[in-house]
Amino acid sequence: MAANPTSRLLTLLDKHEQKVLTAWLASLVASGALRSGQVKEELKNQSQKFLREFIGGLKSGQADDIAGEDWSSAREILREFSRSCALQGFTPSETATFVFSLKEPLFNLLREEGKGNAQLLGEEIWAVTKLIDKLGLFTAEIYQQSRDEIIRRQAHELLELSTPVVELWHKILALPLIGTLDSERTQTVMENLLNHIVKSGAEIAIIDITGVPTVDTLVAQHLIKTVSAARLMGADCIISGIRPQIAQTIVHLGLQLDVVSKATMADAFALALKRTGQVISGAAARPT
Amino acid sequence: MEQIPILKVGRCLLVSIQIDMHDKLAMALQDDLTHKLVESRARGVLIDISALDLVDSFIGRMLSNIAAMARVLDAQTVVVGMRPQVAITLVELGLTLTGIQTALDVDRGLTLINRLIDAEGEHGAGGAR
Repeated sequence: MAANPTSRLLTLLDKHEQKVLTAWLASLVASGALRSGQVKEELKNQSQKFLREFIGGLKSGQADDIAGEDWSSAREILREFSRSCALQGFTPSETATFVFSLKEPLFNLLREEGKGNAQLLGEEIWAVTKLIDKLGLFTAEIYQQSRDEIIRRQAHELLELSTPVVELWHKILALPLIGTLDSERTQTVMENLLNHIVKSGAEIAIIDITGVPTVDTLVAQHLIKTVSAARLMGADCIISGIRPQIAQTIVHLGLQLDVVSKATMADAFALALKRTGQVISGAAARPT
Repeated sequence: MEQIPILKVGRCLLVSIQIDMHDKLAMALQDDLTHKLVESRARGVLIDISALDLVDSFIGRMLSNIAAMARVLDAQTVVVGMRPQVAITLVELGLTLTGIQTALDVDRGLTLINRLIDAEGEHGAGGAR
């Protein structure tokens, strides 16, 4: 690094910080980063803080290495900024524009103050571009990470939502399955069911597959796994809600479910009551 | 040396496994249990594994062996107190312990084993359910 190309920028920034900030904010507004309704005051605050940390980072002289210790506070601000952008539903470009639009005021500053020396100006602009690009990429990365986090959390919530275990009666649990059973869901379903068996001391679990759109070999295998696990815990399973098409598919595929199955939840419940030696007077009156 | 206690409860023997099993201990347990079965003429064996948070194929096979030995000596075996995580692991390993009866806790296990013994008494010597 010949005489550190950013050193002059640093001196200039120290002198013209307010001017650069104003120009930056103006270009942010012009580029439409405010379009999505981000509060102007907040943006101004963040810009101010970031600019200060940016200068602080430059002072360390480590303009090449934004991963280093000297840039940690600047990184922190960016991280916070992109995370809040991701949460508020800003687009990636809007988020990255925050950093990239700092280029213009900086370049202008360098140009105005450095008349004449084209070679030096070129070097300086290149150094700043590299730096800002790195910071911009960092922003985009954090944005992506935050989005991934949101997606993961939502997937997890969905998983939890779709696998309720209901206590139907003393010693009888029901597990209405909705949606396709993949390995991950089976795992959650199993864990949920087994924990409930322990908690409620249930002896029979009714697995209702009315909401499962298709039963193929994989789904059947997952069902069998769940049933076996419940059996190991000392609870019997009844599978209910088998629709006509599914009954046909099961036979055509040659699947052995190896577990008592009933067409409707009501039938399964009646059987469960009988097995646990319980009677509901209404059920006895049912003409079956 | 560590030893797994075998307690007589009514018509059954209660075995509570609370420490990690290894070959030697498993052999000793099988030895003790068969002797005790013959001595006490118990009709059932209740194995409590609620303290185990890891059951591998080795323990799975040991349980199956004990059940088979007990069967030869005319006793029913019920495994009780399996933890949910253990059950999931066993199923993932493909070990479903077929031929072994299970119950949620010792209380229910006793009820089940008494029912099995009674049922066997009615029908003469018969296989498991």
